[in-house]
Amino acid sequence: MTDSKYFTTTKKGEIFELKAELNSDKKEKKKEAVKKVIASMTVGKDVSALFPDVVNCMQTDNLELKKLVYLYLMNYAKSQPDMAIMAVNTFVKDCEDPNPLIRALAVRTMGCIRVDKITEYLCEPLRKCLKDEDPYVRKTAAVCVAKLHDINAQLVEDQGFLDTLKDLISDSNPMVVANAVAALSEIAESHPNSNLLDLNPQTINKLLTALNECTEWGQIFILDCLANYTPRDDRESQSICERVTPRLSHANSAVVLSAVKVLMKFMEMLPKDLDYYGTLLKKLAPPLVTLLSAEPELQYVALRNINLIVQKRPEILKHEMKVFFVKYNDPIYVKLEKLDIMIRLASQANIAQVLAELKEYATEVDVDFVRKAVRAIGRCAIKVEQSAERCVSTLLDLIQTKVNYVVQEAIVVIKDIFRKYPNKYESVIATLCENLDSLDEPEARAAMIWIVGEYAERIDNADELLESFLEGFHDESTQVQLQLLTAIVKLFLKKPTETQELVQQVLSLATQDSDNPDLRDRGYIYWRLLSTDPVAAKEVVLAEKPLISEETDLIEPTLLEELICHIGTLASVYHKPPSAFVEGSRGVQHKRLPARAGSGESTDSPDVSQSVGGATEAAPTVIPSQGDLLGDLLNLDLAPPAAGPTVPPSMQLGAMDLLGGGLDSLLGGDIGGSPAMGAGLGSTPAVMPTSLGAPPVVGGGLGDLFDLGGSVGMPAGAYVPPKSVWLPAMKAKGLEISGTFARRSGVIQMELSLTNKAMSVMTDFAIQFNRNSFGLAPAGPLQVLTPLSPNQTIEVSLPLSTSGPVMKMEPLNNLQE
Amino acid sequence: MIHSLFLVNASGDIFLEKHWKSVVSRSVCDYFFEAQERATEPENVPPVIPTPHHYLINVLRHRIYFVAVIQSEVPPLFVIEFLHRVVDTFQDYFGVCTEAAIKDNVVVVYELLEEMLDNGFPLATESNILKELIKPPTILRTVVNTITGSTNVGEQLPTGQLSVVPWRRTGVKYTNNEAYFDVVEEIDAIIDKSGSTITAEIQGVIDACVKLTGMPDLTLSFMNPRLLDDVSFHPCVRFKRWEAERILSFIPPDGNFRLLSYHVSSQNLVAIPVYVKHNITFREGSSQGRFELTLGPKQTMGKAVESVLVTSQLPRGVLNTNLTPSQGTYTFDPVTKLLSWDVGKINPQKLPSLKGSMCLQAGASKPDENPTINIQFKIQQMAISGLKVNRLDMYGEKYKPFKGIKYMTKAGKFQVRT
Repeated sequence: MTDSKYFTTTKKGEIFELKAELNSDKKEKKKEAVKKVIASMTVGKDVSALFPDVVNCMQTDNLELKKLVYLYLMNYAKSQPDMAIMAVNTFVKDCEDPNPLIRALAVRTMGCIRVDKITEYLCEPLRKCLKDEDPYVRKTAAVCVAKLHDINAQLVEDQGFLDTLKDLISDSNPMVVANAVAALSEIAESHPNSNLLDLNPQTINKLLTALNECTEWGQIFILDCLANYTPRDDRESQSICERVTPRLSHANSAVVLSAVKVLMKFMEMLPKDLDYYGTLLKKLAPPLVTLLSAEPELQYVALRNINLIVQKRPEILKHEMKVFFVKYNDPIYVKLEKLDIMIRLASQANIAQVLAELKEYATEVDVDFVRKAVRAIGRCAIKVEQSAERCVSTLLDLIQTKVNYVVQEAIVVIKDIFRKYPNKYESVIATLCENLDSLDEPEARAAMIWIVGEYAERIDNADELLESFLEGFHDESTQVQLQLLTAIVKLFLKKPTETQELVQQVLSLATQDSDNPDLRDRGYIYWRLLSTDPVAAKEVVLAEKPLISEETDLIEPTLLEELICHIGTLASVYHKPPSAFVEGSRGVQHKRLPARAGSGESTDSPDVSQSVGGATEAAPTVIPSQGDLLGDLLNLDLAPPAAGPTVPPSMQLGAMDLLGGGLDSLLGGDIGGSPAMGAGLGSTPAVMPTSLGAPPVVGGGLGDLFDLGGSVGMPAGAYVPPKSVWLPAMKAKGLEISGTFARRSGVIQMELSLTNKAMSVMTDFAIQFNRNSFGLAPAGPLQVLTPLSPNQTIEVSLPLSTSGPVMKMEPLNNLQE
Repeated sequence: MIHSLFLVNASGDIFLEKHWKSVVSRSVCDYFFEAQERATEPENVPPVIPTPHHYLINVLRHRIYFVAVIQSEVPPLFVIEFLHRVVDTFQDYFGVCTEAAIKDNVVVVYELLEEMLDNGFPLATESNILKELIKPPTILRTVVNTITGSTNVGEQLPTGQLSVVPWRRTGVKYTNNEAYFDVVEEIDAIIDKSGSTITAEIQGVIDACVKLTGMPDLTLSFMNPRLLDDVSFHPCVRFKRWEAERILSFIPPDGNFRLLSYHVSSQNLVAIPVYVKHNITFREGSSQGRFELTLGPKQTMGKAVESVLVTSQLPRGVLNTNLTPSQGTYTFDPVTKLLSWDVGKINPQKLPSLKGSMCLQAGASKPDENPTINIQFKIQQMAISGLKVNRLDMYGEKYKPFKGIKYMTKAGKFQVRT
């Protein structure tokens, strides 16, 4: 006798038959019929036509039958709102039942009926149930408030249910507290600014007490709620940590991870020299390791979070390298994550072990995994300098296997190693060249071409090699085309006599026969550089390149801080801030780590995470128009830095909006004679995504660029480009800013002309630089002492230093010339 | 919180759906099916799949995908833990968790899901409480129900849910009072070509079966509690007492439960109970490969190594094998290339071996990858970490219970590289 019999009734007239059975006098037959209805419902069959008949069965003493009817109601009330009203009376009656189980069941089910008309009737019973003597009913009612809020938020507020819910946080029963917290958290999510979960030391204390006694799920809610609290001082922070640490030994991994989140966040406030700080660090490692022995899905989520934790506090897991070694039957998603963490933990002490493992992985079957393992070897070389030699020889061994995709990956990473340790491992180039023909992936081809171009003077047949690539120029991907163009220009600059024909060929291919604007522009730039001033061309194209560092694959620190506050959430799995992907992004608040006590810098230093958040929000408003695109492309590295006066709100003009407009383009001009320009040039396509928020550049970019040729030849600092308008008055409520950068007696100066084109006086000027790739920051405050009256212009010179925070950007990953 | 749940079988059919909030169309699973198609193996489907309006979080157990749909920011571990709990509950109720079992008991399944989650918030997930609310189906009960017309649904309030010991039901009575504990350790290890240990760790659990009348309060102490520095407890264990005295003190749930799990990390010295001598070679240009494997016991404290099973995924180039085992039976599946050798018990006087040749594809180059050897085994009456229970005491009740402790060591993921 099993339920599978309910699935077999597929014949015609089934609904009709069921209807008859539902109206049967026999209790047993009725129940069987309801079961059949439920079974059909679970597999997605539409049995809503039976609504009135099923509702008729609701008036019963049989608890199971009642439950089944309730199940049915929840599913179909929405499609039959008028009929659902019929059920209201029974619900209201059940809410008064002497049996608390039935009271709870009734209030729970009523909340699940998502019909507006019913919600009105729900309010009274719900109010009673929230104050019920039985905690089981109270805790069910707490959740019901969240349900009701989801259906009709206004009603919940009008009826004062939110206050009742807040009172429940002080309930004597821990289960009720946990559910109240869960309900409030859910409601708060749709009201980011409401102060629903107003946490103060008293409520925190209550939550911590309830934490010890409630169910595992309740603990998760409470811990997640605690994580939003900012303790007043380090002592409070420590006492919360002490009371949360026992949760690290819980069998439920979600509890463990939520506890880790609270600890990681509050730890930030503890002074590092405190004994307790060290103890806490030690306590964090074992639970994280234990998470890795759970089911693979749990492991995956845990690993994504460990990846963050390792970046924030590498000391926690530095001795635990071995647990991240890959087992051959781990699912692929676990393998890839483990590999990533292995590299982050790699250090001089354990590099030998890690390399041996990676070499082992490179002979596995799974192609994706093997590729990543080979890449990992390259990353180790870049991260741990002492191991570079061993890594290179390992890579050479792998190239000898002649397995096609291994060879290609190896070449891509060897290129990176060259960029980190120039002029050290060039002896391997011969081996690489042997494998030229087997390369069929764009990235590998591009890498190989880069190597040939970069070391053209040491490769005897460099011109032949490059020429062989040139034959199929139009069939190559853009990446390869760009690289080929650059490589041949380099070759020409190194061996001008033999390769003149080649360079002309490639320039004409790039400029005349190509539809790709990136390629064409790069081609033109080279062409003009070469034809106007070959010496300058040499300095630009063959300029010394900045070394790459392993930091390029680290998460940006401000983002990392935010993610640490979101450990255990979806954000931490995707390594994106919650605002980037949560449905509807109902104004998610940016969380940040609390400042360490006594550091003192938290108040007066610019709020880093805020400004980053601000930038992402403001960005979409400034989309460069078509005409400015070219300028943008050429100014790429200079574009993102944005500087703008932040004017205190005392100004009447809604000063905040000042930033919205063109001010972001302040640095759009050019820094006279900056050698970094050469590096910036080549990476055009890669920067495009990041420069989206970057603004239309005012001065013509092309002109600027060609000025560069001249400026390189001149003594540094002599040339100062004329001032251009950075911020037209239109966009900034009357403040016009034009300016330029100059180098005077070795100091970079930003020279500004501020013109007041508005009707009222402007005062209280201040300036703030966003993070930029040069680390430019004001060396002193902006000196505008007098108020700026209408139509007055003032000249200001602001000394700059390059000691500011440096914005790491994409291009560092990409090939440059 | 958790919005909906879909159960998907191996052939990609949705055979059950449950919604706790508004109904989410089952077309949302198309994103899951896409991901499933992309994955090479069933277990390689990523656990978290984003879709334009929802997130799908899935676990694969007993060849059924449990796909949860969530809409807002919910801790994924919370969802995954919950899904595993659902599977455990089904297994507990129906003995097995298969599509057939779920379909056979669909109404109970539906009631269980309704009890376990309310509006996406977990409600009752402890099996003790669920069993009070919904009685598990047994043959006897079905017969009785059909005759008397009574039902599977418990009539009373799940009292345990409100007490200070929510995991234990009240009014428990037994004629034979007994408490059994199984210390089971799984050893995970990777051994390299030369036989040295790359990493080895122990995952241990203490599973209990406690059938005691009333409200017993138990304490369990160990000879060497220092071994347990990384532990996860059942909620019943009093953490303070453990911190202070290294004693497990608890009021147990009724029936079977996992009292504690622990982890002995790779930093401690872990004894490896078996060794493998292997010689698997392919020669360039030859269509034959050599295969030799010998197993032997080591560090077993005189206990026998039993139920030994060796499996290995041979390279794709291997067409067939021609091997002779000195004991047990071996099979080779030419399609999946899986070699499996059921050894049985290792006799230290006469070590089991498997020797012979492999046929390779003629003319093909020699395989690049070296097969990994996977070993399973059991050792009774021994916990490889050396953990030993000192004594078990009961307070709070007058009677004298039967007590029993059993030790066992098993291979977890025990891999030997060649």
